[in-house]
Amino acid sequence: MAKLLTYEQKDTWMDRLCGVTKLIYFLAWSITSMLTYDTRVLAVMLVLSLILFKISKTEWKQVGSIFKFIMFFLVINVLAIFIFAPDQGTKIYGTKHVLWQLSAHYPITAEQLFYELNIILKYFTIIPAVFIFVVTTNPSEFAASLNRIGISYNIGYAVAIALRYIPDVQDDFHKIKNAQEARGIEMSGKAKLMSRIKSTASIIFPLIFTSIGRIDTISNAMELRGYGKYKKRTWYMGRKLQRNDYLCIALVLGFAVVALVITYHDGSRFYNPFV
Amino acid sequence: MEPIIEFENFTFKYRSQMEPTLRDINLKIYPGEKVLIIGPSGSGKSTLSNCINGLIPFSYEGDSTGTLKIEGKDPKNLGIFGLSKMVGTVLQDTDGQFIGLTVAEDIAFVLENDCMAQEEMFRKVDDVAETVEVKELLHHAPSEMSGGQKQRVSMAGVMIDDVDILLFDEPLANLDPATGKKAIALIDRIQKEQKKTIVIIEHRLEDVLYKDVDRIVVVGEGTIVADMKPDDLLAGNILKEQGIREPLYVTALKHAGCTIAAEDHPQHVETMNFEPYRAQVREWFETTKIPQKQEAEEKVLNVDHLHFSYQPGKAILSDISFDVKKGEMISIVGKNGAGKTTLSNLICGFLEPSNGKIELNGKDISPLSVKERGEHIGIVMQNPNQMISKPMIYEEVALGLMVRGVPEEEIRERVYETLKICGLYQFRNWPVSALSFGQKKRVTIASILVMKPEILILDEPTAGQDYRHYTEIMEFLKTINETQGTTIIMITHDMHLMLEYTNRAIVVADGQLLTIDTPAKVLTDETITAPAYLKQTSLYEMAVKCGIEDPSQFVQRFINYERAVR
Repeated sequence: MAKLLTYEQKDTWMDRLCGVTKLIYFLAWSITSMLTYDTRVLAVMLVLSLILFKISKTEWKQVGSIFKFIMFFLVINVLAIFIFAPDQGTKIYGTKHVLWQLSAHYPITAEQLFYELNIILKYFTIIPAVFIFVVTTNPSEFAASLNRIGISYNIGYAVAIALRYIPDVQDDFHKIKNAQEARGIEMSGKAKLMSRIKSTASIIFPLIFTSIGRIDTISNAMELRGYGKYKKRTWYMGRKLQRNDYLCIALVLGFAVVALVITYHDGSRFYNPFV
Repeated sequence: MEPIIEFENFTFKYRSQMEPTLRDINLKIYPGEKVLIIGPSGSGKSTLSNCINGLIPFSYEGDSTGTLKIEGKDPKNLGIFGLSKMVGTVLQDTDGQFIGLTVAEDIAFVLENDCMAQEEMFRKVDDVAETVEVKELLHHAPSEMSGGQKQRVSMAGVMIDDVDILLFDEPLANLDPATGKKAIALIDRIQKEQKKTIVIIEHRLEDVLYKDVDRIVVVGEGTIVADMKPDDLLAGNILKEQGIREPLYVTALKHAGCTIAAEDHPQHVETMNFEPYRAQVREWFETTKIPQKQEAEEKVLNVDHLHFSYQPGKAILSDISFDVKKGEMISIVGKNGAGKTTLSNLICGFLEPSNGKIELNGKDISPLSVKERGEHIGIVMQNPNQMISKPMIYEEVALGLMVRGVPEEEIRERVYETLKICGLYQFRNWPVSALSFGQKKRVTIASILVMKPEILILDEPTAGQDYRHYTEIMEFLKTINETQGTTIIMITHDMHLMLEYTNRAIVVADGQLLTIDTPAKVLTDETITAPAYLKQTSLYEMAVKCGIEDPSQFVQRFINYERAVR
């Protein structure tokens, strides 16, 4: 079974970076990409994203189905913009080059297409960043580094323990689904959508009850082994920030500043090829 | 010497309950002792262990009178963290107590909470991992490990703190027989090498007694019924009165009419002196007859050269062939991860075989969907919580018929009929949540039986149940088998279940079918028990010691006698 969106150890320099470094990269990258509509900046970011993704040695099976899921939303997003605001491009860029008159209210303009191209570019610059962050960060090490930058270890540990139990819950889910299917609850494509939604309940409730049992055990086990004794704790998987980390953080922040300067220097977030 | 654990006139009542769960407990455990606490479910033995490790009163509130001292101190003043420096607890659920994402992190958990420096942690984790033999697994995730390995990690996780007392809460519950034996041997070694005080809570007495224990404390209805040496306890009748299963050889001796003397050391079958009992046992053996059993010849299920693999070249099951007769009770046994569950998943259609076929009443079932197979072959999961999805008992049992569009009148009739068979009729309008674990199990069985399947597959039907509940569930299944003619297949690693309730056992090891034979033959043949991670029954050793030439015949007669007197 492919483990979706889970950390897998790879022998790359990226893998060896601290969780905090990767978090800073992820945040700076996403914020820059969200703020800028400068096509040149986005294009550079896209190329860099793809290179970094390649370096991370992420495999398709780790992220494939999530990628498809995001693509689905991308298509909906792009269509929705066109349906609700077909003139958005014209408003932004101030010109109107009609390529094709779809109907009275829906002209397809070069400006609109260019604007939506920017949206698509944004998606494609952020997606690899998300994937890199999730699949190259060891959750325990990440929890440790969050704690190091002053965030309560409870938060980091909650994340780590959730990740620890995802495979178990997936396993429960499959078992329960099988048993309920054998009882005659159709979960496959054969059933109608409404009845499928209804029958999901017959998996969710048993899943919740088994999970509650797990929570009880785990909280006892943690307490018996001294969790929460002090305000601080140390981490077996903890890592100190190394030279590479400082270097990466500097580069990422530097890039973000330059990108935003280029974006905003003429007073508009948009790069306009039409004038 | 000062006792390390001392209960004096100790009474405890949970806040949510009317009656105290523990009454007037007086118990002293001395440093370096190994004490076994046994008792049926609900006797208060878990409450007793929760008092020792501090879950009571710090996690479960209640009122107590009398005194409890751990290393001479009152736990109330120590707090749960102070207490955790003295008492290390290994819980029953090998999976649930695994906290870390990897073995190393799990072992280091308590050190992390103590703010130990990283370098020192590395060193200590390595040391203790060596002791429990998990060193090569340090970077493995829990999902890659067997139950026995997880348990050893849990042991390492509490030993690393250098606690004086190790408390084991039903350490054998989730392990196959051979792995359980290994766990008991490891506990024994740790006690001897590190001079720890060991308290084991368990109801599988015979398996714990694989190694010496100093004392056995029997708990019944909240009080201490007996506190004595194993030899003395086994010679008496206290176990039977309390509903605890005696070791099989002890039961056999008693069936033969022998009065067991403590001087003959009945603690281990290997070292017991059988000399005084030989004649009597042999005579019993000669006079106990095996009834002629008529074997049904009609096949209901036929598995033919079945292969299964997720990836080519890595077979999970290879070339499995067997058949199941109509109305049979049969078990599938073998070590954890041998492919037992995969086999049942193939039969139910959750997985597709890579090769080979499965026939039901002579017809290939590969074209049938999971739902269609479910009408002929019902599956009951190990944990009832994994199946119950409706709040009310009636709705839960009716579910399978509802989704099949059976008319309401007929549903009512069939549900009531099934509830009567399962002894749940008086609860028909109750919410499921009001039932005990055993009753919930019955509800899940009822919810499958209502569809009138020809075959019922049960995954570990009695896991974690004490002797009384075990007998209750198994007798119930037997009744269904006899009155409804339902064929019953049980996946299990409980050797008692296999011996007492099934006529044949399908033994699987490492994806291969080892043999299909009577449990009496399987459990007396070392060439089968060893690779399948089963354990030879103690009756075998006893038969040999008593000079009986055909030990498997002896086992068979014992089983028949047991069934007759039950």
